[in-house]
Amino acid sequence: MIGFLLRRLAQAALAIVVAVALIFLAIRVLPGNPLLTQFGQHTDPEQMAKIREEQGWNRPLPIQLVDFFWELATTGSLGNSIARSHTSVSEELAQRIPPTIELSIAALLIALPLGVALGVAAAVWRNRWPDFLCTTSSLIGVSVPVFFLGICLKALLTGMPSSNQLPLGTDFQSMTGFVLPEAILRGRFDVFVQGLRHLCLPAIALSSIPLAIVARITRSSMLEVLSADYVRTARAKGGSAWRVVLRHAFPNASVPVANIAGLQVGLLLSGAVLTETVFNWPGLGTYIVQAVQDSDYVVVQGCAFVVAVMFVTMNLLVDVLHLWLDPRLRSP
Amino acid sequence: MYCICGSIRVCEVPSVPAPETMTETVEHLEPQPQARAWRRFARNRSAHVGAVVVGAMVLMALLAGVLAPYGPETPASRFDASLRPVSPPSREHWLGTDGYNYDVLTRVMYGARLSLAAGLVSITLAVVIGATAGALSGYFGGWLDATIMRTIDVALAFPSILIALLVAMALQPGWIAVMIAVGLINVPAFARQVRATVLTVRSTEYVLAARAMGASPWHILRTAVLPAIVNPVVVLGTLGLGSAILEVAGLAFLGIAGDPTEAEWGSMLAKAKDHISASIWPALGPGVAISLTVLGFNLLGDGLRDALDPRMEGGK
Repeated sequence: MIGFLLRRLAQAALAIVVAVALIFLAIRVLPGNPLLTQFGQHTDPEQMAKIREEQGWNRPLPIQLVDFFWELATTGSLGNSIARSHTSVSEELAQRIPPTIELSIAALLIALPLGVALGVAAAVWRNRWPDFLCTTSSLIGVSVPVFFLGICLKALLTGMPSSNQLPLGTDFQSMTGFVLPEAILRGRFDVFVQGLRHLCLPAIALSSIPLAIVARITRSSMLEVLSADYVRTARAKGGSAWRVVLRHAFPNASVPVANIAGLQVGLLLSGAVLTETVFNWPGLGTYIVQAVQDSDYVVVQGCAFVVAVMFVTMNLLVDVLHLWLDPRLRSP
Repeated sequence: MYCICGSIRVCEVPSVPAPETMTETVEHLEPQPQARAWRRFARNRSAHVGAVVVGAMVLMALLAGVLAPYGPETPASRFDASLRPVSPPSREHWLGTDGYNYDVLTRVMYGARLSLAAGLVSITLAVVIGATAGALSGYFGGWLDATIMRTIDVALAFPSILIALLVAMALQPGWIAVMIAVGLINVPAFARQVRATVLTVRSTEYVLAARAMGASPWHILRTAVLPAIVNPVVVLGTLGLGSAILEVAGLAFLGIAGDPTEAEWGSMLAKAKDHISASIWPALGPGVAISLTVLGFNLLGDGLRDALDPRMEGGK
């Protein structure tokens, strides 16, 4: 098992390095000059040359790449933004990542229990109304764009705040960016309630896709397990219907569900880009979109690095969880 | 005579060769795979709903010039000077007007052209690149397989929207960039599916026989592999079209598609977002259109999968 973990860890690290290197090289080799996009066609050539010198873009590409990783490893720096008057990308990311994580966790906390409950109910009452509800809501969940759902929620629930993490002018300065846990730890329950109200709509919008997928996978996984011999044996022994479902069937059915739930992180990050744009959420998604619109290569490659790390780490955790849930995989 | 395993289809083998007339009768009674697939599709009600929705959207796109009450860039104020932007539905404007004071219904109809075309081009690109890469990877194996599959693994280390945004940024925002970006993020799905199918086909006896007879790899790919990958690619392509339309609309919503005033569903939603506190109407038309189209392709794709996959026979 330790060998497996070490192998997976090495693969994950390699995937991150290769992915970031590819992005680093691709955005420099492909057409499109960031300075022209940034300053327009009439920029002073001397000024452009100065910026090129400052950013180190005159040097050969492999040396720039090695420099990027060296800076990252030694100082943790991801460079300075071109568009935002040389602000540090690492510092900006440190402020932007927590709100996105908070939003994604809130969306998962809605999607997972609801999706699992819906899927289990659909499998237990197959071809009856819970099944119909699960199938229909899954189909709608994967068909309705998350940004349209967000816009509808904003329009329909006008009483709910629909932008930012907290109301403007609040006397609460978050140090970590995680407003809700920090508000509890600092005993500010008024801020907690306000933060929760601000989080509600974006989290509901973002949860729609994982909810649909988790419900669908839980349903099919439960249907498969419920027809297994050992479940029939448990029923024959006189176990109550719910004990058979929850004690015997669900643990086995949960393995693929855990797998899929972990893989939703990529979807959540994709959805977060759109959801954050709808709700002006000060997270990673809006930062990436702004950087792409500004052709700010330094910010984009920094964001790509962070996203790759989050995504690959999550996949690694899913593998470990899979190993923990399914004892058969632990045998050599 | 039945085998102990109980599998009728496999074990019901006559001990003596059947007379020719009997074989003919059996062949006559047993429908061809295509006929069986069509029968399964014809029985699937949700697939019918999907086909009708997709058909209606395609018709709407093709006949937008005839059906739409106004031009896509004709301000409603030209006909009624008192009409303000973001007005609610009325007899003249069934879905109201948007932030530019254009008729929403007209622009939803014209928007179908760009959204469907962009989705179709993206998926075609994904099929061409993905199927070629998957077929070569699966058939030849070795270093080619390792290179293609590791490249796909690296691509999968990123959320698809980030790759799409990067591609769009590198190519300069615009529709071409959006279509290429959406096409590229769908390549891994096709490459993996086709590779898996090719790996199965490559080890079949008829392919081994063809190789033993000296058939060239190109001949085997064309005559044995290509027919085998058509069905999975058709199913994946139909399902992928729905998600491609969603992705195209998402990128347009983020302002990556260039001109935000263009009649396209994602761009229309981006504009509607700015006026959402005044009215939900400008958002409803394009939002419902995207949702219905994606739902239609999902239902149709599911129906095609159930019909074309022999394992689904007698199932469900």
